[in-house]
Amino acid sequence: MHQQLCRVLQNAALTDAVWQMRLEADAASVTAPGQFVELKLPGFYLRRPISICDWDGESLTLLYKVVGHGTDAMTRIRPGHHLDALVGLGNGYDLTKSGDAPLLIGGGVGVPPLYGLCKALLRQGKHPAVILGFNTKDEIFYEAEFRALGVPVHITTVDGSCGTKGFVTDVMKDLSYTYFYTCGPGPMFRAIEKTAQTSGQYSFEERMGCGFGACMGCSIETKLGARRVCKDGPVFEREAILW
Amino acid sequence: MVNTQVSLCGVTLDNPVIPASGTFGFGQEFAQLYDINCLGSFSFKGTTLHPRFGNPTPRIAECPSGMLNAVGLQNPGVDHVLAEELPALKQIFHKPVMANVSGFSVDEYVQVVEKLDAEEQIGWFEINISCPNVHGGGMSFGTCPDAAAEVTRAVRAVTKKPVILKLSPNVTDIAAIAKACEDAGADGISLINTLLGMRMNLRTRKPLLANVTGGYSGPAVFPVAVRMVYQVYEAVKIPVVGMGGVSSAEDVLELMLAGATAVEVGAANLVDPYASKKIVETLPQVMEQYGIERLADIIGAGHSK
Repeated sequence: MHQQLCRVLQNAALTDAVWQMRLEADAASVTAPGQFVELKLPGFYLRRPISICDWDGESLTLLYKVVGHGTDAMTRIRPGHHLDALVGLGNGYDLTKSGDAPLLIGGGVGVPPLYGLCKALLRQGKHPAVILGFNTKDEIFYEAEFRALGVPVHITTVDGSCGTKGFVTDVMKDLSYTYFYTCGPGPMFRAIEKTAQTSGQYSFEERMGCGFGACMGCSIETKLGARRVCKDGPVFEREAILW
Repeated sequence: MVNTQVSLCGVTLDNPVIPASGTFGFGQEFAQLYDINCLGSFSFKGTTLHPRFGNPTPRIAECPSGMLNAVGLQNPGVDHVLAEELPALKQIFHKPVMANVSGFSVDEYVQVVEKLDAEEQIGWFEINISCPNVHGGGMSFGTCPDAAAEVTRAVRAVTKKPVILKLSPNVTDIAAIAKACEDAGADGISLINTLLGMRMNLRTRKPLLANVTGGYSGPAVFPVAVRMVYQVYEAVKIPVVGMGGVSSAEDVLELMLAGATAVEVGAANLVDPYASKKIVETLPQVMEQYGIERLADIIGAGHSK
């Protein structure tokens, strides 16, 4: 974890509710896809945890959904402004277990960390495939970015306005894969848990106090005992999760 | 060269800055970021007889200039603290530590203190009779003078280390509770724990916290802390440890003028992991700015007596 002042390079809407923010930052403390940052926002006391979508040596890309006052205020931060950030929090996805053809499953605002994961798997010579699930066509984001990586991309929408009508599991059940990685809402996790044929990793979301393991605000019960989503997670292996 | 030393119940601190229980774990997360030996001491995570998971989530909520928490005393239990946390702590911290203890009955407080008492590194016991987030214990001992005195007496009888009672601000007469603890043998008083609060979720039309209520902390509660430290200092002769929304060296000085011998830093650690270190580092220059040579000289100096 590294605290730093990051200059905002870009902050723009991708859909009605999902925004992309790029920060000029030293990303050396980012050690795995699936990690997150904690941003201090003007006018708010607690930091806001946002997953890292992509990073390179000099910048971070964050995608965030407007879900409350904090993320709403984030949309009004202009390029050139500086944000105090804790960078490189959480464990991130473990790539060593992926096998040759892992399946990446993102639901809604759970999609962003899978982008960095997909790039990391490709760098290791793996052959990932991606399912991105949304409610409707207008909510789709990052489809083109995933396709540009040259991986198979399956889109599902609940209302059938784009791709396969239904849920991510309606596609997942017909695919073969060596492992799975997912991030998204709880109901999607429970559906995946019923459908999945292999081991895998789930990335959890929880309201956090500190984001670095001090306050115990985001604890969940697992088969291994109490675990902090911010420090021991946010990624947990399928076998550890209590449903 | 200013002197930042203070003496708390006979134990000398290099400076009065003490990260508060529940915001600093057992020091490990912060020791990865800086050398925590710069601190006066710290109060470790509230420890109970048995392991506790605490309350369901959400346990945290944003508030104006602060936060609500309803963690509910999650901790690994005293036996695990003895077997794992305290040996690990010795590797990273070489000063007396404050042992924060909670219970759901007088007997539980006593058993935890008895188990921890042989630990040389423990400089003080901070007995938490003020947690607002657990039921059938915690704050119920700290809102009634007789119950507070009973816990104090029972713990006092099983240890020779200094016993500091951590009080709740959610009372009508804080001075009466503090006096009851002093009369029952307490060596010190620490306050304030969090203020009982609550928020609603407009989307679900239900309380935001799964526990319904939580404890309010952060800069918003600082004036309440100053007032209560001031009142307790007037009521008792034993040392007072002040806390509640402390975020700067200036805040430390304010609480000391109100009567605090040492000052705990809580929520600030969660928002800025370097907060306590920064307070320690800026304290000498802020003392110079206000013409303070010996920090101990200003304890209670804001009182007219």
